Amino acid sequence: MILQYHTSEIIIFTENFLDNLLRGLVIEYFSVVRPDAAHPANATPADQETQTRLIAIPSQLPSSNLTTSQPSSSSPSMIRFILLQNRQGKTRLAKYYVPLEDSEKHKVEYEVHRLVVNRDPKFTNFVEFRTHKVIYRRYAGLFFSICVDITDNELVYLECIHLFVEILDHFFSNVCELDLVFNFHKVYLILDEFILAGELQETSKKAIIERMGELEKLD
Amino acid sequence: MGASLWGVGRARSTLRPPPACFPPQLPTSRASQIPRAPSPPPHLSRACARAPRDLKLDTVEKIVEDFASDMALNPFSSGTRLRDMIRAIRASKTAAEERAVVRRECAAIRTAISERGQEGLRHRNMAKLMFIHMLGYPTHFGQMECLKLIAAAGYPEKRIGYLGLMLLLDERQEVLMLVTNSLKQDLNHSSPFIVGLALCALGNICSAEMARDLAPEVEKLLRSRDVNTKKKAALCSVRIVRKVPDLAENFICLAASLLKEKHHGVLISAVQLCTELCKASKDALEYLRKNCIEGLVRILRDVSNSSYAPEYDVAGISDPFLHIRVLKLMRMLGQGDTDCSEYMNDILAQVATKTESNKNAGNAILYECVETIMGIEATSGLRVLAINILGRFLSNRDNNIRYVALNILMRAITVDTQAVQRHRVTILECVKDADASIRKRALELVFLLVNDTNVKPLTKELVDYLDVADPDFKEDLTAKICSITEKFSQEKLWYLDQMFKVLSLAGNHVKDDVWHALIVVISNASELQGYAVRSLYMALRAYSEQGSLLRVAVWCIGEYGEMLVNNLGMLEAEPPITVTESDAVDAVELGFNCYSADVTTRSMCLVALLKLSSRFPSMSERIKQIVAQNKENMVLELQQRSIEFGSIIQRHQSIRSSLLERMPVLDEAAYLVKRASATQATIPSYKPASGVTPGDLKIPNGVAKPAAAPLVDLLDLSSDDAPVTSTSATPNDFLQDLLGIGGTNLSTAGAPSASTDILMDLLSIGSSPSQNGLLDSSSPAQEKKPFSAVPQVVSLVPEPMDLLGSLSSSASSSAGTKSSTIVPQAADLLDGLSASTSVSGIDDACPSITAFQSATLKIVFDLRKQLGKPQETTIHATFTNLTSTTYTDFIFQAAVPKFIQLRLDPASGNVVPASGKGSVTQGFSVTNNQHGQKPLAMRIRMSYKVNGEDRLEQGQVSNFPPGL
Repeated sequence: MILQYHTSEIIIFTENFLDNLLRGLVIEYFSVVRPDAAHPANATPADQETQTRLIAIPSQLPSSNLTTSQPSSSSPSMIRFILLQNRQGKTRLAKYYVPLEDSEKHKVEYEVHRLVVNRDPKFTNFVEFRTHKVIYRRYAGLFFSICVDITDNELVYLECIHLFVEILDHFFSNVCELDLVFNFHKVYLILDEFILAGELQETSKKAIIERMGELEKLD
Repeated sequence: MGASLWGVGRARSTLRPPPACFPPQLPTSRASQIPRAPSPPPHLSRACARAPRDLKLDTVEKIVEDFASDMALNPFSSGTRLRDMIRAIRASKTAAEERAVVRRECAAIRTAISERGQEGLRHRNMAKLMFIHMLGYPTHFGQMECLKLIAAAGYPEKRIGYLGLMLLLDERQEVLMLVTNSLKQDLNHSSPFIVGLALCALGNICSAEMARDLAPEVEKLLRSRDVNTKKKAALCSVRIVRKVPDLAENFICLAASLLKEKHHGVLISAVQLCTELCKASKDALEYLRKNCIEGLVRILRDVSNSSYAPEYDVAGISDPFLHIRVLKLMRMLGQGDTDCSEYMNDILAQVATKTESNKNAGNAILYECVETIMGIEATSGLRVLAINILGRFLSNRDNNIRYVALNILMRAITVDTQAVQRHRVTILECVKDADASIRKRALELVFLLVNDTNVKPLTKELVDYLDVADPDFKEDLTAKICSITEKFSQEKLWYLDQMFKVLSLAGNHVKDDVWHALIVVISNASELQGYAVRSLYMALRAYSEQGSLLRVAVWCIGEYGEMLVNNLGMLEAEPPITVTESDAVDAVELGFNCYSADVTTRSMCLVALLKLSSRFPSMSERIKQIVAQNKENMVLELQQRSIEFGSIIQRHQSIRSSLLERMPVLDEAAYLVKRASATQATIPSYKPASGVTPGDLKIPNGVAKPAAAPLVDLLDLSSDDAPVTSTSATPNDFLQDLLGIGGTNLSTAGAPSASTDILMDLLSIGSSPSQNGLLDSSSPAQEKKPFSAVPQVVSLVPEPMDLLGSLSSSASSSAGTKSSTIVPQAADLLDGLSASTSVSGIDDACPSITAFQSATLKIVFDLRKQLGKPQETTIHATFTNLTSTTYTDFIFQAAVPKFIQLRLDPASGNVVPASGKGSVTQGFSVTNNQHGQKPLAMRIRMSYKVNGEDRLEQGQVSNFPPGL
């Protein structure tokens, strides 16, 4: 088809145009007001498949993965994951309470970092992330992010982050990023004393510090 | 380390920003202590109030000391220690260096794993491996090592083992099943610390099977005396109930008894367990409603009235976390239960009034309290209180607070619309906020607030804001404005005005279906066409860069050019403008040359120019030149149009005016139906689809669907009841003959024989096979084709091919013309043939039925089924006028029950000639989703005009043959 139009002979033919002309006109005017060419029933099966896949893939992944495979209708309002990242995007702590593939975890970490790192400090501490919500807070060069359900109480998770930072601060006495890097296993231990199964376990800083003291003795 | 694993590692590193180079001298960076949050709310700095610490000894000495102590005490300290490895990794300046270090370490760990007698180093290796895992490198080989560590006897080994288990594994790995036994033993361990480790791991990663296996142990631990064990067991049960809701009933009594505890950690865990139980089981909900509501109220009262407790104090509020969890559980219990709700009223009122709202913690409680009040069957007084709190939130200066206010208002709108309406002005302000999160929420809320009375001011505000909005936000905003204006437009003029504004300000962000709809509206509003074209012309002069404005404007100028120039159809308040014919052409030409115009826009410009050449004969010569400039355009579509249009202008003066007449009025109802049914399909109708070459798609096959009324008939080669009309002594006969030879029944609409109609007929003959060609080329599954043309066409092919051969060899120019168009079609047909040889007879024809007959009108349905798709029926309706007066504006509508899907194609025309001298046809297809269970049924309505008078007929079609 295309080739033919590039040869001069055929162009002479088309200059006699009648059919192509009207087709051209008709296409123009009717296609302007005709979205039904995109109607799924009209698309070929192959088209449909690619269409649905294109739409489905990005939305499917997060929703199916971040939501636990829970049979009851209401989704649990639990913490989905907690991330601790520095400004460069290095993950210093990542705790997932929902099962995710490793590659998916890395993607999540990358995306969350992208979301939070450039936000104006005056903005809200909440960003929508896929079908969920990330509550984040920046302490010096570290971002603490908690991903929760879209309807959950954001303000209380801000308090959670702060409490967690206070505990870390107390435990490492004036914590810095390097403390967290070299003692990452202890940070996980503290987190496990603070949050379990995506729910708050202990709200008293003193209790957690005391508990950590006991655990340290055992090591 | 296998190559494939490294591949993963590399891919991983591309996901992140390039690794930062760390200063090689680590000790100095220790000086960068983490300060507090940049601007912590006053109460948050409470913890920082302690005196600044002395500067740490950030010297090498200190580090050496650290090492020494590590060596002595820490099990990690022999050999390459964890610290050393972390240092080495951090010291690497490039990603390659880092990978080299990690590779070395991984190799060493693998060797260590495979060698025996290294048990002492196991947990150190595991810790290293976890760090490597955190960096994003694959560490699957360490999984079994985790299990060994867990099985070890000592606490340090178990601690690292469980940590590794939680980090490296998740509930979906089968390895996890191996750990069930170890977990069981550890849950029964004498040391509470080891029990704690096991509970923690179970709570974080247990699978449904493990939940079933270990639930009895966890239940037992809920009765433990140790608070740490108890709270961990409670949260573990949360996970177990989430995984296996059936197990909920085992925990109900235990959870309820835990609510009597005093320890906050146990209490908060118990409250969360109760919340989870309520979600999982109705019995639990009932049980807790009966037995625990008093306890909950007491907990809340105690915690909110308690005097200062340093352990739990946050900003002067005792344990806001517990507050919030209890309020949440109350919401679950009170929802739909008046007794429970009444019981809570007092304490909720107390919390709502007494909580300090100047700190984040207080606001968090108020927020939860408002949610609870909105959720339960609260008294109206309490609701007013809640709404007032929201009002306060909304005017708060803290963005976080405003955000949550918008969030709850959105949910509150179902409860009390009026109360939310009161805050409309504030909400509108929030749409203009700098923060995207707030804007998004506010816009959604505004969308919910719009009603008939406030639509105009609200739209005005939004449109005004469009001018200054963030480019990223414009898309959302325009989509919302468009749907508001469409939904609530009471008068067309207002709708047009708003749409013109939106197109002018954000024309590049408008979705295709929106401006398609606009064109349909303009085409239908004959009294506003003049106004529309003039407004668009003025808008185009000011905002020539806006893509969809350009398209709509160009379309209108092409169609209604004379109204623009002659100021026809002036509205009263409209200022007259002076536009010459040359100005109008200028505008279109400018649009054509606009650098941002795409092929579609340019094609539309060309068509508009062509139309203008007939509207303004004096401009003909100039238009011819403009059009001719594109004869060598690199874009095939434009080149072809240019050549064809040039010929029309030059050689075919005689038919030009009728050819370029104004478009018939577009069918609004049909368009809306289609648009609604294609809601999710956002693929514009004529953007080149991937996989189809542009030339193929656009030129002969561009009619992806029969839309032009007269085309429909002709395309439907299967309708064999219409007589073949042949016009004599034109080269066109040739074509018909051609097809006739092929044995195809050619049906025509019997439309009035205006020259264009004939042309259309003819052309559609040409285009009908090519349409099949399109379907063929894009659909591998032949049998699913909606049209039934293939069998006939198949038989047609060989002969026409011969004929075409002779044709193209003949010197006659007219024959040559035909061949140029037919050859590709024949090729298409052949494609279709080769693909569809095995699927002859795809149609399973059913007899025709007379669906409707009155004294004035008769409707016949030809039913058609496709093999393999029993639920789908293609119906071809033929409408015949039995009276002696012609029906105009004929519209056929059909309605089906919910289990049937209906898709109407456009009718072949809207004029039904008198006395059965011709008929209008319309194709549509129905899909019976309950095929075999319920028969097909349909209601139909026909509206038309007789001598300008509206008529309406309706009926029910129930005589469908069985089995549809």
